Amino acid sequence: MAESERLEMRGIVKRFPGVVANDGVDFTARAGEIHALLGENGAGKTTLMRVLYGIYQPDEGEIFLDGRAIQVRSPAEALALGIGMVHQHFRLVPTLSVEENVILGLREGLFGNLRRVRERLAAIARDYGLEVDPRAKVWELSVGEQQRVEILKALYRRVQILIMDEPTSVLTPQEVKQLFSTLRSLVEAGLTVIFITHKLDEVLEVSDRVTVLRKGKVVATLPTAEADKPSLARMMVGREVVFRLERGPAKLGEKLLEVRDLQALNDRGLPAIRGLSFELYGGEILGVAGVAGNGQKELVEVLTGLRKATKGRVLLFGKDLTNRSPKEIAAAGVAHIPEERLRRGLVPEMSVAENLVLKSYRDPPFARGPFLDQRVIISHAERAIAAYQIMTPSYNTPAKLLSGGNIQRLILARELSGQPRLIIAAHPTYGLDVGATEQIRGLLLRQRELGAGVLLISEDLEEILSLSDQILVLFAGQAMGLLEAEEAELEELGLLMAGAGRRRESSKG
Amino acid sequence: MRFVRIRIEKRPAPSGGLILLTSSLAILAALVVAGLFFWAYGASPLHAYRLILQGALGSKLGLAETVRRAIPLLLCGVGLTLAFRALFWNIGAEGQLLLGAVAATWVALFSGLSGPWLIPVMLVLGFLAGAIWALIPALLKARLGINDVITTLMMNYIAMYLVLYLIHGPWKGPQMRGFAYTDFFPKAAWFPLIPGTRIHWLTLILGLLAAIAAYILLTKTKRGFEIRVIGENPEAARFAGMSYTRTVLIVMALSGGLAGLAGVGEVGGVHHLLRQPEQISLGYGYTAIIVAWLARRNPLAVILTALLLGALMAGGDVIKASLGLPFQLVNMFNGLILSFLISGELLMRYKLSFQPGRRRWAGRPG
Amino acid sequence: MGWETWLIGTISRALAYGTPLLLGTLGEIYAERSGVLNLGVEGMMVMGAFSAFATAYTTSNPWLGLLVAAAVGGAFSLVHAFVSITLRANQIVSGLALTMLGLGLAGVLGRGWEGKPLAAALPSITVAYLAKIPGLGPSLFVEQNALVYLAAGLAILLWFVLYKTRIGISIRAVGDDPATADAMGVNVFRTRYLCVLLGGVLAGLGGGYLSVAYRPAWTEGMTAGMGWIVIALTIFAFWNPLLGLVGAYFFGALYHLSYRLQPWTSPELLKTMPYVFAILVLALVARGTLKRRMSAPAALCEPYIRGEE
Repeated sequence: MAESERLEMRGIVKRFPGVVANDGVDFTARAGEIHALLGENGAGKTTLMRVLYGIYQPDEGEIFLDGRAIQVRSPAEALALGIGMVHQHFRLVPTLSVEENVILGLREGLFGNLRRVRERLAAIARDYGLEVDPRAKVWELSVGEQQRVEILKALYRRVQILIMDEPTSVLTPQEVKQLFSTLRSLVEAGLTVIFITHKLDEVLEVSDRVTVLRKGKVVATLPTAEADKPSLARMMVGREVVFRLERGPAKLGEKLLEVRDLQALNDRGLPAIRGLSFELYGGEILGVAGVAGNGQKELVEVLTGLRKATKGRVLLFGKDLTNRSPKEIAAAGVAHIPEERLRRGLVPEMSVAENLVLKSYRDPPFARGPFLDQRVIISHAERAIAAYQIMTPSYNTPAKLLSGGNIQRLILARELSGQPRLIIAAHPTYGLDVGATEQIRGLLLRQRELGAGVLLISEDLEEILSLSDQILVLFAGQAMGLLEAEEAELEELGLLMAGAGRRRESSKG
Repeated sequence: MRFVRIRIEKRPAPSGGLILLTSSLAILAALVVAGLFFWAYGASPLHAYRLILQGALGSKLGLAETVRRAIPLLLCGVGLTLAFRALFWNIGAEGQLLLGAVAATWVALFSGLSGPWLIPVMLVLGFLAGAIWALIPALLKARLGINDVITTLMMNYIAMYLVLYLIHGPWKGPQMRGFAYTDFFPKAAWFPLIPGTRIHWLTLILGLLAAIAAYILLTKTKRGFEIRVIGENPEAARFAGMSYTRTVLIVMALSGGLAGLAGVGEVGGVHHLLRQPEQISLGYGYTAIIVAWLARRNPLAVILTALLLGALMAGGDVIKASLGLPFQLVNMFNGLILSFLISGELLMRYKLSFQPGRRRWAGRPG
Repeated sequence: MGWETWLIGTISRALAYGTPLLLGTLGEIYAERSGVLNLGVEGMMVMGAFSAFATAYTTSNPWLGLLVAAAVGGAFSLVHAFVSITLRANQIVSGLALTMLGLGLAGVLGRGWEGKPLAAALPSITVAYLAKIPGLGPSLFVEQNALVYLAAGLAILLWFVLYKTRIGISIRAVGDDPATADAMGVNVFRTRYLCVLLGGVLAGLGGGYLSVAYRPAWTEGMTAGMGWIVIALTIFAFWNPLLGLVGAYFFGALYHLSYRLQPWTSPELLKTMPYVFAILVLALVARGTLKRRMSAPAALCEPYIRGEE
């Protein structure tokens, strides 16, 4: 069968510091097929395709194109070999027009004969249903149209293999439909489409074959006709036994947070949270599970005052604090462990001691009138460094010199020091080593014992399952269901996260 | 084919010694290059530098001139360290200084005030005028996101022509026989001098106090903490609930106000009238950028760097007199120092290592 | 004097004074379009003015003077390019340093040349048969300098290159989104170097025009802040060479009128107009869709480091 494979990747290994992203992956794709590459976040799908596209160099393994061994050292070489990739973040210059973006970087004639470009573009657009005004500026286009420009760019460069990285995550349902019909007409014309996704419905709807990756390894490659949703979910999520941390039963306190019919927009101005309601009590950890980009980031930002809600209400400790400033919300007793640690969580150039008072500097005992009390700040830092085991040469060390785990310890030390009643933790152990992960999970559990409420946002299902009392599944900005963590099964979670089936009833009250 | 590749790695944190070393090297390199020009001009570089050194530091008079030049540099420089700390590109000290001079002139000549009140009111209004001039770009940036470099720069030229307008037009002095100056200030508006020198000590003291106060503000106060956080990471500042607008307005009011004081000092302490902008300022507002940059945005260090560049300016006077070279020489020095200084930044922030280049297609590591 | 003569005179002088502004602005537009702010225009212009004068005086060849001015301006701009692109130093400070350096150097070197008469000035030309065109003919084609036409032609050419050719697309991409341009195979560093170099060459030429054509002489402060008007004009023109043409002649007319209108208004206040306009324009386009359409190149002032998007 190997003769009919257009592309063959054999034994691909790609290591990053501390992680093996691809661990001996074999992957093949044929002419005229849509091949889905399915897996959870961090399974290694994108890494594998970046190896193919020449962004990464593999540590081991070989790539064959039409039976010939190839080396892809850069995206430019990939394009020359007929391999194109449409990234999740589009590579388009917003201020240039569509046709200008298409010919950017090409070397066709000094003046890049725009009329000829326009004619060829029109022909390609006609053939594959990729209508878009060639003279429109890219920033004027919708996300779906921008994606079409990306595909046009690849087709204009005469690619034979088109890699689409999570192409539907930013599209409306109608746009998804149109994309799928475009992809079908591409493979009918003999192209190969590799479709990276974590959405089961899409795999079943559009692909001819599917390869499932988990933790950098191939679980299976099978014709889509032989697959169904439960089996794919099982392969994708795996069946490892979830390790539950030791802890007592939840002692529910008073209601800390109530979110009512919340709506908010994302950075592109599209609805990101679409009518979300839930409650959180003291002494419980509410895990928010979901695939990235389903409204988690926006939810955290609305709850902490960094983003405006367009509709609905956020009641904190019984008070309506919808759309209040970050300062007011923090002062009310909400701690925030942010997603982007280095960008938002701290000031890299400033010292550990100063970073520890980044929010509390304005209040006593750290401030006396307009002045800061350095002695209190330093003794506070010394205590925090000891209590949270922050490994740092001194309290005076710039925070940027700390390791990832210690940066997160620093942030937790700061956020938990004011005895918050509600802790919003976004991906608290993402990218950390085992020791730091254990410690940080322990700290969150301890806050729960102390009666605080924890809203835990994570893409790590294992983390969600081992820490949470209840699990809220987010999909497309809506709650797909609320599960008791004790009873939740991975398979069911996986289905809910993929937007399949909807269980509305709450097991509480 | 083999070639040498320069590898650039981020250096974690430059040490104090390294900062001093690169700064000194930058000044040295500027002196060497400028020396080449002396040489091409037919003057011995060593002789020229000896003249500068003697002129600026070798006599009581020279020292006094150095200090006099350092006063506006100190006031503007301290203000600039504050603005630069908040990552606000105040290139407008020159204009803010001129506005201070205009306000002081108004007080001295047209307010009707007289006697001992004159000088304090000149200082207060001069500070306010500079502050308001600086608040315009600050507001434009905080509210509309307009580029601070361009606006502060443009405001310099508006200020410059405003001064020209005043001295050619409504404020032209009737006693000046057609020259484009205002009349002389009344004696009560002349700043007191240290006897035997031209040092207007009141402004000098204000400058020193400003340096100390700015240092305390930055390192010991809540507001200073906010300034530093906003300058280093505005996103984290927002996250921690700090107000960008309020902080930037405060910083620019102080920055412009201090430059305004420098302008008051120049007209009240040196010229005793309002005259051509380039005679009032000699580019102090621009030179102060070097002062602040050399001081690594530390207001206390500005005291030293202001004296250093003050000495250069005083030396420039001497060279002008004894070698017949134009005062523009100082500008050349300034340009060279600044060029070498920022080129040296890379050496401080990054480690450079030269290594034989591997051919890019040399295969994968084992 | 009839109003017609008055108008012809004004337009004629607007072209003459607007030409060095236009040359400098065209260059700065290209530099900024590629993402490099060069505040050294004043320094490059004054060096251009001096070197053109010195060359023309010594060789009696004004054209050679202009050539040298362009070369000197270009060489100066390469200092800025090296410091800000290769060494990734702060563009603002580097540009200011260049201006100080240029003013200083021209002042020092030019000391001995002040006040010398230039016999070999660039001749004015009259295009006899075009000058007869009623209306505009006399103002456009009588006693004008060849550089005036060259600059106007250049504006049109540079507009065409920027908007209608592959080169222009690359330049705009590099200035707006260098990471994407790089990913698409455009050489970001080469593009920026060449644009900054063009900026220097044109600024030098503009300076040269001042000292061998506009006012054939050398005085220390002869650029008189023209480089800063260029910075303002670049914004005023929304980084578009054709609007630059309009703006340069507009400011040229304003400059001329600032003397002609002296009985009614102060020339000093009229001279603030370029700067006031620049700020107003920035405020005007700060909000809404205008911002996307007409604002500064997005990556202006940002050094490009591959992999640090």
